[in-house]
Amino acid sequence: MRVLALLVARDLRQAWQSAGLWLPVAFLLLVASLYPFAVGPDAALLRRSGGGMLWIAALLASLLPVDRLVAPDRDAGVLDQLAARGIGEEMVVLARLVAHWLGFGPALMLATLPAAALLKLDGATVGLLELGLLIGTPALAALGLLVATLTAGLRSTGALAGLLALPLAVPLLIFGAGTLGDGSGAAFKFLGAASLLLVAITPFAGGAAIRAGRE
Amino acid sequence: MSGAALRLSGIACARGGRLLFRGVNLTLEAGGSALLRGPNGVGKSSLMRICAGLLREAAGTVERCGRIAMADERLALDMEQSLTQALSFWARIDGADTAALDRALSAMALMPLRDMPVRILSTGQRKRAALARVIASGAPVWLLDEPGNGLDDASLALLGRCVEEHLAGGGIVLAASHQPLPMRAPVTLDMTDYAAEDAA
Repeated sequence: MRVLALLVARDLRQAWQSAGLWLPVAFLLLVASLYPFAVGPDAALLRRSGGGMLWIAALLASLLPVDRLVAPDRDAGVLDQLAARGIGEEMVVLARLVAHWLGFGPALMLATLPAAALLKLDGATVGLLELGLLIGTPALAALGLLVATLTAGLRSTGALAGLLALPLAVPLLIFGAGTLGDGSGAAFKFLGAASLLLVAITPFAGGAAIRAGRE
Repeated sequence: MSGAALRLSGIACARGGRLLFRGVNLTLEAGGSALLRGPNGVGKSSLMRICAGLLREAAGTVERCGRIAMADERLALDMEQSLTQALSFWARIDGADTAALDRALSAMALMPLRDMPVRILSTGQRKRAALARVIASGAPVWLLDEPGNGLDDASLALLGRCVEEHLAGGGIVLAASHQPLPMRAPVTLDMTDYAAEDAA
């Protein structure tokens, strides 16, 4: 636990220093402010489509820091130094997942408030959106991290990361955006299930990817 | 540190589908040291990584007793932090206290640089920082891959003294180098002796 806390603290500090924390927030706000210019100022249309648009923005925002999540530490030898100390790759990835979510999940949820105002969303929709993001952002963080471990060591990872992540992100998007128009709560359950699955497999899949990358 | 040991028997290593070396036997007990020699690409670093558990051996067994501290060509320190901050992250991971870190910094003559950001350190200073991490870790088994690279004569002498102290305290040192190192190494492995025939 002590090592986990040390790793989380270090990863958070690294994210802060590399400006990885405000980048997704700026991206979300940028999309939200550009969207009304593209579709027109029709408040009813914005209200109807704005929630889904914000889900897309959140998903893409989570992919922005993928190239700095794992690759720099792999190249600098940090991952090897940790492994030589007998610290499992799963622990390293878990710490990174916690730090990555802490770094961008709450910030994204905060940024959603002004973004929702720009898109003229009503209070009930904002509530659903925030609840959905609370459940969905850990999955987005896990997905970004998983892709980062898989692509670490490859060149021009940006495009590849998108291609790898999108198929896995589609269920999150369907259930996430689905929560906005669904009164039964089923979409929330599916979103929760998808989120749990991604969060649970990422430390193991990511750890295996890092180990395989050493060979 | 008593009871530390590193035992290799019949180690073979394959890289990129090609057998690099085989049949490496080495036993280091407390206070023992060995030097790996040989030209570039002969597998010195690969053997180091096998010893550290970072690379899987193609054959043979590795037995480690005691924690490992490794210094290779990659610094693994956060560039934007001061030297002390960057090293104390690893000291905390290793469970070493600040006194141990300070001792290691002075042993490598890094005290005047302790508040400098890591990114402005020179090659030799970075190497000394990596060695200071090994010294501060308190781990009994030291794996030093080309520890003399970039070091001037004075720093090499410092390294030699640290290695000597570590061995006297019952530690183990395995170093790989293509240049002479100021350390007592009763065992010298010339890696070319173990090169697989098809690699030649």
